[in-house]
Amino acid sequence: MAQLLQHLINGLASGTIYALVALGYTMVYGVLKLINFAHGDVMMVGVYMGYATAFALGRQAQKSFLGVVVIFLVAMAGCALLGFLIERFAYRPLREKPRLTALITAIGISFALSYGFQLDIGFLPGAAPRAFPEVITPSEWLVIGDRDVVVWNWQVMSLLIAVGLMVGLQWLVFKTRFGRAMRAVSYDHRVAALMGIPTDRVIAVTFMIGSALAAGAGLLYAIKDTSVSPLMGLYVGLKAFVAAVIGGIGHVPGAVVGALLLGLVEEFVVGYAASTWRDAVAFGILIVVLLVKPGGLFGRVAAEKV
Amino acid sequence: MRRFVPMLLATLAMMVAGCEKKTQPASTDTDTSKQAAQGQGGTAPATPPAATPTSPPAAADTILLGVATALTGGQATFGISTRNGIELAIKEANEAGGVKGKKLTTRVYDTQGKPEEAAQAVTRLINQDKVVMILGDVASSNSLAMAEKAQAAGVPMITPSSTNPAVTEKGDFIFRVCFIDPFQGFVMAKFARENLKANNVAVLQDNKSAYSIGLTDVFTRKFTEMGGKITAVESYSQGDTDYRAQLTAIKKTQPEAIYVPGYYSEVGVIARQARELGLKVPLLGGDGWDSEKLYELGGSAIQGSYFSNHYSPDNPDPRIQKFVSDYKAAYGGVPDALAALAYDAAKVAVEALKNAPDTSGPALKAAIAQTKNFPGVAGAVTLDDKRNAVKPAVVLKVGDGKSDYVTTVTP
Amino acid sequence: MESSSAPSAMPGVPPVLRGILPVLLVLPVLALFAWSMEQSPFATYLLSIMGVNVILAVSLNIVNGMTGQFSIGHAGFMAVGAYVAGVLGLALKEIAISGLPVAMSDQIFLFVALLAGGVVAAACGFLVGLPSLRLRGDYLAIVTLGFGEIIRVVVQNTEAFGRSLGLSGIPQTAGLGMVGFWVFLVVLVARRIAGSSHGRSLWAIREDEVAAEAMGVDTTGYKVRSFVISAFFAGVAGGLFAHFVPIINPGSFTFVKSMEIVVMVVLGGLGSTTGAIVAAVFLTLLPEMLRSAFTSMGAEGSLAQKVDQIRMPVYGLLLVALMLLRPQGLFGMREIWEVLPRWLPRRRKGIQ
Repeated sequence: MAQLLQHLINGLASGTIYALVALGYTMVYGVLKLINFAHGDVMMVGVYMGYATAFALGRQAQKSFLGVVVIFLVAMAGCALLGFLIERFAYRPLREKPRLTALITAIGISFALSYGFQLDIGFLPGAAPRAFPEVITPSEWLVIGDRDVVVWNWQVMSLLIAVGLMVGLQWLVFKTRFGRAMRAVSYDHRVAALMGIPTDRVIAVTFMIGSALAAGAGLLYAIKDTSVSPLMGLYVGLKAFVAAVIGGIGHVPGAVVGALLLGLVEEFVVGYAASTWRDAVAFGILIVVLLVKPGGLFGRVAAEKV
Repeated sequence: MRRFVPMLLATLAMMVAGCEKKTQPASTDTDTSKQAAQGQGGTAPATPPAATPTSPPAAADTILLGVATALTGGQATFGISTRNGIELAIKEANEAGGVKGKKLTTRVYDTQGKPEEAAQAVTRLINQDKVVMILGDVASSNSLAMAEKAQAAGVPMITPSSTNPAVTEKGDFIFRVCFIDPFQGFVMAKFARENLKANNVAVLQDNKSAYSIGLTDVFTRKFTEMGGKITAVESYSQGDTDYRAQLTAIKKTQPEAIYVPGYYSEVGVIARQARELGLKVPLLGGDGWDSEKLYELGGSAIQGSYFSNHYSPDNPDPRIQKFVSDYKAAYGGVPDALAALAYDAAKVAVEALKNAPDTSGPALKAAIAQTKNFPGVAGAVTLDDKRNAVKPAVVLKVGDGKSDYVTTVTP
Repeated sequence: MESSSAPSAMPGVPPVLRGILPVLLVLPVLALFAWSMEQSPFATYLLSIMGVNVILAVSLNIVNGMTGQFSIGHAGFMAVGAYVAGVLGLALKEIAISGLPVAMSDQIFLFVALLAGGVVAAACGFLVGLPSLRLRGDYLAIVTLGFGEIIRVVVQNTEAFGRSLGLSGIPQTAGLGMVGFWVFLVVLVARRIAGSSHGRSLWAIREDEVAAEAMGVDTTGYKVRSFVISAFFAGVAGGLFAHFVPIINPGSFTFVKSMEIVVMVVLGGLGSTTGAIVAAVFLTLLPEMLRSAFTSMGAEGSLAQKVDQIRMPVYGLLLVALMLLRPQGLFGMREIWEVLPRWLPRRRKGIQ
């Protein structure tokens, strides 16, 4: 029973981090109808930016509350900038072209980033994994029984940060004018432009927000798992995308539900079955969900009007 | 004009391809396919001269060695260490006057960690570049692919660090300078049983690595033969970063030690997460742990754990220290076991070149086979009749930033 | 679209033979070619790899190009074919058909293994395609990707497939003749489809699926059919691969491999069979050409290696540049003989 509870907590914790990344995917898909394959790799770049910042701050400063905030802000801002640049120069010119074109561009950027960061030239870090500095000293926050169930401080932290960011996003999308503009663009960007909404700007800002969230998620991963490497973005991005599709791509709360579900399923497969089947089960769940509910759990299969 | 360019490129590609197919004897290390492209045009293959793999290249002032290892992809760090070790050894050999007055050069191709690329690289090295010997790779799958091609062509091959027994079984032209999985698995099983007096050990293996699976197989067998009990066998995939679920399952079985025969890139983090979960027992591992990055990734969590290795970079032997400092000067960073083994492999190759009457395949093969007590930095190399290295393994205990010697286990 | 060679225009040939005539003609040509290449193992190996890539690219073109779908898991079908054919080849290794020369019996067994691999891959294509082709395009992409991953995990956990070490010992019987034959076959099939009414339905689905459905085209049926055909040839390509590479392991069939094939199809032009061929040939030879170029420039190890290392990021940037500057690839939807005349300087004949 205790083990079940422990797995539940672990699954939710990793699920919330997936959710942050999945949100970025789903937001971008909503406004651009584009699967941004490069999302996971943008996250990876953010992690390295945070790594560099932590080193610049030095051992003492990086552990302080202010230090952690600075690291997060720098990484998120840096990623926002990267997201903006990618959207501006790689995706915007292709907006009216068939979607396969943009998809391939996204994959190209993903390759360029993840393999580029494996090189050892200049500021590029190289292929070897590095240890992210211990900015949060792990300590047990809640212990039940004789260490039967342990909730860690970083789990609580990542839950709070993730939930906070998600709530902020919900507020942005549903309670602000800008959010209304985002929703309008995702509904039909041509008509939205006719209504006077600056679609280019809305899309650019959406991209920036999504990338910043990804950076936050990446840092939470780095704090949780210590190891950072250029290839860390690929699989996380893929899983997050699966989560977004399960929830119904384009649907913001759906992405969160899908991510939590994925995190839990993965945790239970590893805990109770064999860990080597984890990836297969994750994709298997995707196929099953799509078979039963083609639009994802919450998505609407919109009838295409011609 | 804009449309012309891609068409032109495609035609050029086919022309160069057609010309490249000619097998030209490489008299020096400058590639001659450029000459071929200028000399012949068109794509119709003329009858190429028969490839004669056993005849020595036209006498010139260089000897060409072929190196095929993974410089990109998931095994990049291991391949780069290997290449660095080889290059350092060749540089030293050239500074000492080369072999019989000739300089040594290497041609390095990237296998990307894939067997078909490894086979392609080796085929090219043997048939196009006419190398006299092949050095590489790290992963046993790639080495198996390469060994098959090298054996068929009669070109000797030395693998620095592939530990699967099947590699040298491919034929009598294939050698290795490291010990094989069966020995290393036995070493840690013996250590766990006799030195740590452990009865129950759990295993956490890397499912994506044949090396890890091989060691696990041997360890579990030998440990149970010695009277111990394996309490659990869990797996992860190379590249994973979260092992808590597997560790939680292991913790339930209350082992006295955990055998983690994986690579340093994962082991460090495994140690951390194990300690977080309250698993205080020592970890045991193999030479895949050896890297200075282990200390960075593992922090204080990995201290107190043990692993088997070929050498210790802190060994005060002046020869080893010179190697370590030379490597640091050239590449920055302490050499790991893979670099040390590659260095030894290259040195063994050079030695064989010195001893052999000529650079033909069979002559070199015979010279390599006679390697006895060769003073390598990763241990003395003696090749047995199966062309594997008979070497003792050292067991090291992980300390703060470096590892301390514990004991030696001889085969 | 009336550029395909219609078999009806073959006077003097009995109707029974017309369909099979091209195949019969090409066999001795291939045999001669394979024999002439025997002396150069590197050329043989490189051409074999090229042949496999061509089969993969042309078969993917049927789905991504002609039918306009997003399949990015082609390496998964290749893997299925490789392992099925490999296991079968291993099992049949010691057996020979009595009364026939060993070489011929080897080729027959190889052919059987290839067919088995192709058929199983086609079955997988059906299983994957049927549910997902009902869905919107982007979903197919992720499902095909997921399928490739599932295959990888299955292989890594199955001892019979060699797990991570890989399957070795498969008889190396796939020579240039067999590879060339299947290249020829896949190109023939692709061209026949493109020029037929079946193909016209596929183009219609690519251009506007809703309109095609409205015109009475059973879109799901056609999509699944092209998916299955494409998967069959991918399986055969995998089987061939297994029979000339000394050892196969999951590392050769990753998502990256799928993407390399997608790049070939896109570079050549989505929907163009000759484009896929040209692109596959070019991209297979490119790394080797770069290696030659750099070593001949005398800059020994480091520059050539750096090039090997920069290969993948440059690939990525190349994709982006390609999409931004020339998204239709080399030939767009047309074939080389339609495009070439326009690229060559024309001689004006009289009054136009």
